[in-house]
Amino acid sequence: MLNPTCLELLHLEKQYGGRNVLCGVDFSVATGTCFALVGPNGAGKSTTIRAIQGLTPLNGGEIRINGETLAILGKAGRAAIGVVPQMDNLDPDFTVEENLWTYGRYFNLPKSLIRQRSNELLAFMALTGHAHQPIGALSGGMQRRLTIARALINAPRLLLLDEPTTGLDPQARHLIWQRLRELRRQGTTLLLTTHYMDEAERLADRVGIIDHGRILAEDTPRGLIETHIPGDVIELRRIDGDLPDPENLHRQWVEVSERVGDTLICYGHNLGPLRSQFMDHPDYRWLQRPASLEDVFLRLTGRHLREGDT
Amino acid sequence: MAGLDAIPGWGAIAVLQRNFSVWRKLMVPSMLGNFGDPLLYLLALGYGLGHFVGHMDGMPYITFIASGIVASSVMNTASFEGLYSAFTRMNAQHTYAAMLATPLQVSDILAGEILWCAVKGLISAIAIIIVASFFGAIQGPWVFLSIPVILLAGLSFGGLALVMTAMAKSYDFFMYYFTLAVTPMFLFCGVFYPLHSLPPFAQDIAQVLPLTHAVALLRPLLTGVLPQHVLYHLSVLVLYTVFAYTLAWRLLVRRLLR
Repeated sequence: MLNPTCLELLHLEKQYGGRNVLCGVDFSVATGTCFALVGPNGAGKSTTIRAIQGLTPLNGGEIRINGETLAILGKAGRAAIGVVPQMDNLDPDFTVEENLWTYGRYFNLPKSLIRQRSNELLAFMALTGHAHQPIGALSGGMQRRLTIARALINAPRLLLLDEPTTGLDPQARHLIWQRLRELRRQGTTLLLTTHYMDEAERLADRVGIIDHGRILAEDTPRGLIETHIPGDVIELRRIDGDLPDPENLHRQWVEVSERVGDTLICYGHNLGPLRSQFMDHPDYRWLQRPASLEDVFLRLTGRHLREGDT
Repeated sequence: MAGLDAIPGWGAIAVLQRNFSVWRKLMVPSMLGNFGDPLLYLLALGYGLGHFVGHMDGMPYITFIASGIVASSVMNTASFEGLYSAFTRMNAQHTYAAMLATPLQVSDILAGEILWCAVKGLISAIAIIIVASFFGAIQGPWVFLSIPVILLAGLSFGGLALVMTAMAKSYDFFMYYFTLAVTPMFLFCGVFYPLHSLPPFAQDIAQVLPLTHAVALLRPLLTGVLPQHVLYHLSVLVLYTVFAYTLAWRLLVRRLLR
């Protein structure tokens, strides 16, 4: 009997050297769904993933997997989880298939099962033709697919993916997204972190936006957009780089607006009057588009740079 | 709870197997070093220096030095594996991070690494024993009893090396260990001359170093004599192994589980 909630995080707290990294992170992931945790660098995404693996002692809170407390599950908890780490850590001394075999042994799986699952996973991740190649001969996308295949060697019920497509080209990302959706259809529960909003929108049933160790909002991608962004978006810019609309004419037509550098961003349900005011103006460039998760993300987490964090 | 976590399980064997599989791929160049280096030492010191030294402690110098080189090679091989190779796996290749995403625990990884240090020490020792036998420098009925002693010595040197690795920020750090521990043991623990030729205070210092006890057990076993004070020498090596393992485990837990 499957527990309806695969993963529950209850008020996780974590301090590193006096700094609060997690300040009461709460969310849960229903069995067989995909949850995306999005946030800027240093928001607490990777720490949350490490905590679920039992790799970071918490200062407070509790993690439950299928209703059981992780601290009590210990090894058994980790045996039920697959992990795709942010940093590639494939074994460079081994070929593609040897990587899977070696990893399977860490789970104490029987050799015949490891061989069988390795072949299945290489086929699933479109790597069969590369089985005998060394890791160094693989492209970034292929290495990432192998890392995902490796994480599935123990047929986990829960797969954790820490920024699974960072640094990959669009073709590689689309292939990985297809495979992750396929896994979800087969019943695997997915928790992924990303700072690509399109990735979260395409994959996730629910999205949690995390910053400064707190979940700021959590909903379906559509729900987040509808709650936080009224209507459509128009971005307005002057060709010469000067301040657009210095008289603030736009305020009479839009519900919310903000100025970011050389750009004026307006949100509203009826942007027609604003558009007609500026569309024929020779000094202006404008772009109208539907609101996206990225708008929600930037409005909730702010637009300043997050550098020097990990 | 914390105490139980320090005890390794079956996972240590998986880690040992992993390292062995990698070694097998590079076996030929690795074995070449295992056979070549001691051959050079035996020729240069055994024949070259031995010509002037003649006999030492009642045996030809090449016989005296062959058993010393077996012991020091176990130290060097296990130390090198536990320092540079283990640090590469932990820091550059992130192999430990990958292992910790599986049911493996820090104790499994550490025990597997130390076991592998001991196995590699044994491989190099066997290579030297084979080479030295051709010179008649290794003989007697007790050679096979040297294998458990070599493994135990490998465990203690591997454990000490992993303590250093658990503390290291970069490879440069290991120079301290070589200069302050490995090289002094190589020179002052009875590899090249008997301990009793040292001044008393130096003999006392040598008594607390693990290589002294490895040499004290291996030289008789490899030259056809049963060693004396077996329990005492074994106990020192066991103590070093247990102490190093416990300390390395604490340091690695602090480093890897943050």
